[in-house]
Formats: sequence, structure tokens, C-alpha cells
Amino acid sequence: MISSIIFILLFSGGAIFFTNNALKVRRNILLGKEIDRKDQFSARLKIMTLVALGQKKMFERPIPAILHLFLYAAFVITQIELIEIVVDGAVGSHRMFRPSLGGFYTFMVSFIEILSVLAFIGTIAFLARRNILKVPRLVKNELNGWPKLDANLILISEIVLICFIFMMNGADEVLYTMGSSHAQNLGDGSLGLSISAHLGPLLFGGMSEHSLHIIERVGWWGHIVMVLGFLNYLPYSKHFHILLAFPNVFYSNLNPKGQFTNMESVTNEVKAIFDPSFVPPPGDSNVTIRFGAKDVIDLSWKQLLDAYSCTECGRCTSACPANITGKLLSPRKIMMDTRDRLMEVGKNMDSNKGEFKDDGKSLLGNYITPEELWACTSCNACVQECPINIDPLSIIMDMRRYVVMEESAAPTELNGVFTNIENNGAPWQFAQADRLNWKND
Amino acid sequence: MSEPLSVPTMAEYLAKGESPEILFWVGCAGSFDDRAKKITKAIVKILNHAHVKFAVLGTEESCTGDPAKRAGNEFLFQMQAMTNINVMNGYEVKRIVTGCPHCFNTLKNEYPALGGSYEVVHHTQLLQELLDSGRIKIEGGSFKGKKITFHDPCYLGRANDVYEAPRSVMINLDAELVEMKRSKVNGLCCGAGGAQMFKEAEKGNKEVNIERSEEALALNPDVIAVGCPFCNTMMTDGVKHFNKEKSVKVLDVAELIAQANDL
Ligand code: SF4
Ligand code: SF4
Repeated sequence: MISSIIFILLFSGGAIFFTNNALKVRRNILLGKEIDRKDQFSARLKIMTLVALGQKKMFERPIPAILHLFLYAAFVITQIELIEIVVDGAVGSHRMFRPSLGGFYTFMVSFIEILSVLAFIGTIAFLARRNILKVPRLVKNELNGWPKLDANLILISEIVLICFIFMMNGADEVLYTMGSSHAQNLGDGSLGLSISAHLGPLLFGGMSEHSLHIIERVGWWGHIVMVLGFLNYLPYSKHFHILLAFPNVFYSNLNPKGQFTNMESVTNEVKAIFDPSFVPPPGDSNVTIRFGAKDVIDLSWKQLLDAYSCTECGRCTSACPANITGKLLSPRKIMMDTRDRLMEVGKNMDSNKGEFKDDGKSLLGNYITPEELWACTSCNACVQECPINIDPLSIIMDMRRYVVMEESAAPTELNGVFTNIENNGAPWQFAQADRLNWKND
Repeated sequence: MSEPLSVPTMAEYLAKGESPEILFWVGCAGSFDDRAKKITKAIVKILNHAHVKFAVLGTEESCTGDPAKRAGNEFLFQMQAMTNINVMNGYEVKRIVTGCPHCFNTLKNEYPALGGSYEVVHHTQLLQELLDSGRIKIEGGSFKGKKITFHDPCYLGRANDVYEAPRSVMINLDAELVEMKRSKVNGLCCGAGGAQMFKEAEKGNKEVNIERSEEALALNPDVIAVGCPFCNTMMTDGVKHFNKEKSVKVLDVAELIAQANDL
């Protein structure tokens, strides 16, 4: 009884805290500007199924893809077992579904156990890739400090979580064979769990009934506390991608990657130049428009969702020609900076009754420097590589627009190019009248 | 080599009261850059050879605005776009072939929203079409047995998912086509895109075109094939950097086809 109350308090507390934080994240994302990504529902569903659910792009690199698949599958399938844990916790039952589900129950829990072992192997391998093998994309500068700790913390908690699962199931197996498990005795002599039926006796065989009950309970409570802890850790971590990857891929850019947005505010001005009788469509005139992006609120909600979804895997950076050749630019850092700044803006709003109070900072300048922006070749390798269809290039381009159109601070050579295009319709100083001269060369 | 090039303009067609099958968008590099002009001529030779009724805008053509847009000058881009769209809509242009993937991308993807909707193909796509329909044929020719590797232009490949056209054109050369490790979707940029062509590279420890040329040269090719005048410049410079310009040629796919046919 008392444990049911503790459980319900703990569980609802965790759920409320998470919901609260999730709503803040949602508010932060919606600070971004409107962009239409609600069209083509079936195409979006398809890309989400392939890329997010099916992990299609992960398999470009098979080894991490398989290791990641272990964790991913274990994560998804374990949610089923969680239903029982919640029910058991709330009503004080033990393995509530076993009697009614019978063989299917044994199969499901056994399946989860096998996935958990695979996830255990995957986690160890991931820790090794980061800390021993030092795979280049996983040890770059932008990961120093919190990002590195974040990655290791989650991997270690994954291991602890799996240990709890096997404490719980292993001890219960031994208790069951002794006839002392709290699970309803079906007279079958064993819970029949694929791993724990062997691992349990190996680890805990010969222990007293009392100790076994303690181990089982520690495992059970440990498991649920870890799950709630993990859930609430997500909004502060790159691991938020396990939830956000789905909407993020759903709202992907479905146009050709080379197609950059045409800025409507500019179109209206240009149309007015060509046709003085042109009247811009009403509606957006009362918004003060800034050309391009200086801070996170100048970006679109999709770009901000991208930032929260980023897994910090560095596939983008490892394919970036600028980064490969030692330039300052790293598309992963662009995403991490965007998220850090957005979280800073969010905190600012939280402590000022929901209003943003100017802190004299901005994404451009305090986080991202012009040198980084000007190193980009707009090659789209980062966009192609990203396993969850994040678009770092669009942020780089929006910031270049700000630098050029609001600050007139393009590199000198590019100002020359602009003048040439304006005066003679080519980036070089050749007269337009000479454009067909090649014919007679 | 003998026949003079026939390069009619849209204005000449209009004067005759006719319209061509296709507009050949030459582009700034193709018009003014000495190396790229050779590619332009190779394309014209093939079009002439295949009796394609095409025209150029000539002195009425102006920069698509691509470098301005990628550099962040949206205003200048749209000014250029509107100017070009007015000219092309005036001629009722329906179909365009470009000699440059940047022009291709901009005309195809970024002009429609500004009022310029055309069917746009890259020259390697048109070459494939001409080969498929039998309007040009290649009889093995001078590249038979030669080792060729193709460098994917970012704005043709990743930007527009065109990977097969240049390759299926080159299959007709009877050459040995080899792929770099980073090819197609994983192709490495030559370093020129995003207006980099027109500025000093930012500080780093290597030039992008050196990294890419190194990768291509590691295959010991006879030819590095390209489909973009800017890639051409970058790869040519890279090959020179390694003093390989005697043994390794950097050629556009159009030049390969023209040379194979002794045009
Ligand atoms: S588009 Fe820019 S940031 Fe992305 S990979 Fe290419 S050079 Fe790097
Ligand atoms: S943007 Fe995509 S590829 Fe780059 S680090 Fe984030 S998740 Fe990985």
C-alpha cells in the first residue's frame, strides 16, 4: 500500500516535471519564425518512416548503425514492459500480465532481455569508441566539457539501467524456482526468461530468500527511477533526439537541397522597383523585418527544432570540406550553438516573467563568428549526412544574409563581385556587350 | 575542327518568326573564363553535330545571381533573377540547357517562385538524351581503355540528385570508369561553391581542391572528368599543384564526348 503511494507520487511527479520542461522547449521552438511545413502529409509520413523509424541514413555507416540499432530497439521495445511496471507499481501487483498472457508474456520479456544484452554490448562499444578508440568525429573540440560528459553519462546510466533489469528478473527467477516469488505461481517451475533463467541462478543462486527479495526490489525500483530520471534529463541533453527525431524528420525540407529560400520581403521590394504600381500583399507590413538572422528568434521554428534534435554525432562535420581542411567551421557546432543560445534565451524569459530582456548577446557574434560562416562552400554534405535531416546550411545562409544585407560586412572580394554583377551582369569585370565574344575566339 | 560554329541568338530566331527547341544558357564562366569557353564550344559543337535547334541569349544574358545569393546578397540575386526572367519570358522560353550546375540549380529551383518557370536540364542530361535518342553516336574513339574518374559537382549531385546522367554518358566512351571513395552522395566539394570561388579561403591547414585532387590522383586516372566550370578550375589547379598536368587531363564531360567524336 505504502509502496503504491510512493510509486504514484514518484511517477506523477516525474511526469509533471517532464511535461513542464517539454512545454518550455515547445515555447522556445515556437519563438522561431513561421515556415510552412504542413503540406504533403503522405510524403512526410513516408520520410519519417524511412529515416526516423527505419534509420535509413544511419546505415551509410554500418558499424555504428548496428550498435545504435541495439540501443534503439531495446529502448523502443522496453516501453512495452514499462506498462506492466507502471501497473504493478500503482496497484501493488507483481507481474500482473503473466497469468493472462502466458507464453506470449514469456516471449516478450525474453525478447526484451536479449535486446538488453545487445544494448549492453552496444553501450560498451560506444563508450570505447568515444574514450579509448577516440573516433575523430567524437572527440572534436566543440565537444569539450558538457557535451562529452553528457554523452558518457547517458551511456553509463544505460549500463546501470540494464544491470537493474537483470537484478530484478534474475533474482525473481531464483525466487520463483524456490516457490517464493510474488509473481503468481503457475506451477511451471520457472519464469522461463531467456537470459535470467540462466543468469539468475549463476549470480544469485544459493542466496537467502530475504536477500533475493531485496535484490529484486532494488532492481525494480532502480529501473523505474532510472527511467523517470532519463526522461527528465532529456530536455537538457542531446538525447532529446530519441523523441524529437520523429517530428524533426517529419517536417524535413522536401525541396531539392540546392533550392534556397527566396526571401519574400526582398521580393516585394524588387517587384516594386520593376513595377512602381506594385502593391505588396497586406499583413506583414507591421512586422519589423530584419534581413537574415542575427539571433535565434530570426530563425524559423524548424531551424530551432533542428537544434534541439541534434544528436551531436558529428557526421555532418566529418563530411564538411571546410572542417576537413582545418577551417573553423563545424556544422555540428552551428547546431550546438543555436541550441545553447536558444536555451539561454528561454532561461532569460523564465526569469523575466515570460518576456525576453535584452542581454546584449546574440547567436551571431557571441556564439558563431563570421569566419565560420564564410568558410562554407554550401556543398550540402552536412545536410546529406545528417541521420535526422537537420539543415545546418540554412542557418549559415540566413546569417550570411544578415552580415551582408544588414551590416554590409561581406569580405572585400565579395563586395567587388556584387559591384560587378550589378554593373555588368557577371562576377568579373567583363562588359555584358562582350558576352558572345567567345564564339569568335 | 573545320566547320565554323553556328551560334544563333534568341533575337535572331525571333526575327525569323521561329523559336528554337532549347535555350543554351552559357553562364558567366562559360562566356568569359578562358578555360570554360572551351567547354562552351564543345557543347555547341555537339549541339551543331546533332542538329539541335538551339539559341543563346548572347548579350542579353546576365548572371543568374547564384554567387550573390550564396554570398547572402538576396537583394542582388532577385534583381538579377527578375531581369533575366523578363528577358526569357519575353522570348517565351520553355526549355533551357545550362553548361554550369550553379546556373542549372538557380534557374530550375529558384526562378519559378519569382515568375520564371522553365524546364531546365544540365548539359550532361541533354547529352544523355541525345545519345539515348540516337541523335549523337560515339564510336569508342580516343578514350577507349583510358581510366576516367568523375568528380560530382555539388550543385548537380547532392543539390539536385543527378548522379547517373554524366556517368551513363561516359559509359559510351568505352573507357574504364573508376569511382573515388567519396563519390555521388558522399562526393567531396571542389572548394569553389557558396561564392568561395571569388574570395580567399578562410584560414585552415589545406585547400579543399588539394584534398580533392589528391583523392582523384590516387586512382592514377588518365582523365578527371567534371561537369562544372568551377570544379574544372579547382581540379586543374589541384593537378598542377601535384605536377601531374602532363599525365592527367581535367576535362568536362562535354569535352570528352566532343573529342571522342573528333568534333
Ligand atoms: S554546406 Fe557548408 S557547413 Fe555544410 S558541409 Fe558543406 S561547407 Fe560544411
Ligand atoms: S546536425 Fe545531424 S549530423 Fe550533425 S551532429 Fe547533429 S545530428 Fe549529427
